[in-house]
Amino acid sequence: MSSASVTANEPMLLLRLWRNQEYRSVFIQIMTMLILFTFLGMIGNNVANNLEKAGKDFSFAFLSYPAGYDITFQPFISFSPTDTHFRAAIVGLLNTLLVAVSGVIIASIMGFTMGILRLSNNWLVSKLVYVFLEFTRNIPVLLHIFFVYSIFLYVLPVPKKAISLSDTVFLTNRGFFIPSPVFEDGFGYVWLALLLAIVAVVVFVIWERKNQDQTGENYPVITISAAIIIGLPLLTYFISGSPLSWEVPAIKGFNFKGGSSIKPEYIALTFALAYYTSCFIAEIVRAGILAVSGGQSEASHALGLSHGNTLRLVVIPQALRVIIPPLASQYLNLTKNSSLAIAIGYMDVVATIGGISLMQTGKEMETMIFVLMTYLIISLIISAFMNWFNKRMSLVER
Amino acid sequence: MSKTVQQEFAPGTHPDLPPPVNTTGIIGWSRKNLFSSPLNTILTLLAMLLLWKSLPPLFEWAVINSVSTADSREQCWNQMSSPGAGACWAFIKDRVELFTYGFYPPPLRWRVNISFVLLALAVVPVLYEKLPYRKYGLIYSAVFPFIAGWLLVGGFGLEQVDTDQFGGIMLTLIIGVTGISFSLPIGVALALGRQSNMPVLKILCVLFIEFIRGVPLITLLFVASTMLNYFLPPGTVYALLVRVLIMVTLFASAYMAEVIRGGLQAIAKGQHEAGDSLGLTYWQAHRLIILPQAMKISIPGIVSTFIGLYKDTTLVLIIGMMDILGLGNASLADAKWAGLANEVYIFVALYFFISCFSMSRYSLYLEKKLHTGH
Repeated sequence: MSSASVTANEPMLLLRLWRNQEYRSVFIQIMTMLILFTFLGMIGNNVANNLEKAGKDFSFAFLSYPAGYDITFQPFISFSPTDTHFRAAIVGLLNTLLVAVSGVIIASIMGFTMGILRLSNNWLVSKLVYVFLEFTRNIPVLLHIFFVYSIFLYVLPVPKKAISLSDTVFLTNRGFFIPSPVFEDGFGYVWLALLLAIVAVVVFVIWERKNQDQTGENYPVITISAAIIIGLPLLTYFISGSPLSWEVPAIKGFNFKGGSSIKPEYIALTFALAYYTSCFIAEIVRAGILAVSGGQSEASHALGLSHGNTLRLVVIPQALRVIIPPLASQYLNLTKNSSLAIAIGYMDVVATIGGISLMQTGKEMETMIFVLMTYLIISLIISAFMNWFNKRMSLVER
Repeated sequence: MSKTVQQEFAPGTHPDLPPPVNTTGIIGWSRKNLFSSPLNTILTLLAMLLLWKSLPPLFEWAVINSVSTADSREQCWNQMSSPGAGACWAFIKDRVELFTYGFYPPPLRWRVNISFVLLALAVVPVLYEKLPYRKYGLIYSAVFPFIAGWLLVGGFGLEQVDTDQFGGIMLTLIIGVTGISFSLPIGVALALGRQSNMPVLKILCVLFIEFIRGVPLITLLFVASTMLNYFLPPGTVYALLVRVLIMVTLFASAYMAEVIRGGLQAIAKGQHEAGDSLGLTYWQAHRLIILPQAMKISIPGIVSTFIGLYKDTTLVLIIGMMDILGLGNASLADAKWAGLANEVYIFVALYFFISCFSMSRYSLYLEKKLHTGH
């Protein structure tokens, strides 16, 4: 009806449409898509032209070609120069995950310890931890890695003059040499006993919880569980006649033979990443514990809970809710920082496929896409797991 | 009950006695703070042992036995009781110019010096709120990166300097300052896009942010050094520094966006509605009402992102750029000074510690100042 009375005073149709929020938003989105597709098309075009000019094609076929280089550290699956690039990438990925998992474990232990020590009413200890935290946090992690690695190179002795701990463990600048276990026949029973012990503990814990709910009786759960898990396999081990021996490393020529060796690159990288990340974790833990109001522990003391039980049953479960989300992002950071491995020559996924394979095949696009996707998937898995864990821990409200 | 003591004071008139000796002064303090329980006593003794074992040797190495004038490691060590008994600061003294300017041509280093001074001037209006004419100062701060770029690279009347010759603290500052100043506006745009109710914009921003946050910076730097040239029209080649700056800026802006999103989410819905009811447009409402409050809340997060970015600038050494740590590492390979890793690493560590620690102190000070609640 208003269309009949369009006069010169009313703005043009386009302007009216522009002033309508819905039309405007649709218009802006269409424009964004157009610009984005033009941009992507241009890049695609450029890539195609550049690849043609360089005489390369885009394909992942190179993954199945022999890699032709050796990987110095391959604790999980074996690798030789005749294996494929893909296998090299997998070896690298496993090395990345090894650093990530061991780093996360060490960082958590150190971080929680330092976070609690920082809150201790012992002035000296609290200040000491504070100084360490501030100093470590404000220095780039790459410098920490170099520093720890240089300690290995310059401070530890050559294998001939190795520092030996009771002649079984040797510390040298070529890595740590530790005895490796040799499983003999019959060790299977010990594994079986361990499995049984774990099942028994699970059953016990479930029963104990139910029993406590019904009767209020309290058993020392942790002590009993530990006794079962350690005791049962140990008993089986001695009954079956100690079917385990140790291969002790011994010096042969310029290096050690036998036993297992832990490469200095791995130790330096893991340790540096772990203590660097632990400083951030300590601050998170401290903030989380402080976030639990003092009334909570007072209330639990008033109920007669011991100091340890107060911490375990009242304070920590509540603190964890505050701690977990930032903790998850620290774990992610540690995993991503493990890519700095390449700086000291530890063969992780960036150093294998994104480094040597890239140099050898000249497949910059494909190798980089492979590496980026690998990290994206790892990140997604970690954050999905932490989200699930967070949901489990979060407050169930009625 | 003592019968022998005579009551000297009437009940209730006895003057206050001093508190027991062991609850005041240094004794009381250490009983309360160091030896309050057996566990605390053990911890205190362990901490003291640690300090006793580490501090005196460190002091001896770094100060008493140190040598500050020598031409090579041999000369350094000849002046000591035993090789390596003290720090050889002569090494750092010899290299300090290299560590500051990289390979920048020595006759043109005045340009770097001017840039340093201009940088210091550009930081002032950002830090001090009460500065007179702060508005103009802030405009200068925003323009500074371009002035410095012109001064350092040259062109337009100045002699050109190849960016491959940049290095040391100067390179660290270039990457840090560029990343910081460009990531903030991009981060704000990304955060607004993520909060937008237009699905296309929102999905794009989320994809970008999550992609960047999901991969390590070093892989992005590898992309910059190996793959980015494929994206450009054939024949155009950008210097490695430019490609690295682009990647570092994108990387930092994704993190910045998440920090600012936190600030935006903390703003009550009523603020948006108030803006709407006043008849403000989206941009007016954001410029005048939402963003000032959101930015204020997110300052601590922004500063810690800056600190993280500044520390991460060291990663460029992996793709062959010579920042302060890269030059330090390269110096270790010099036969004349080989093996003096501790001196170099301590120097670089102190440099980063001083800059990052002061940034974090500043953020704490701001947090306290902005804490207007109870």
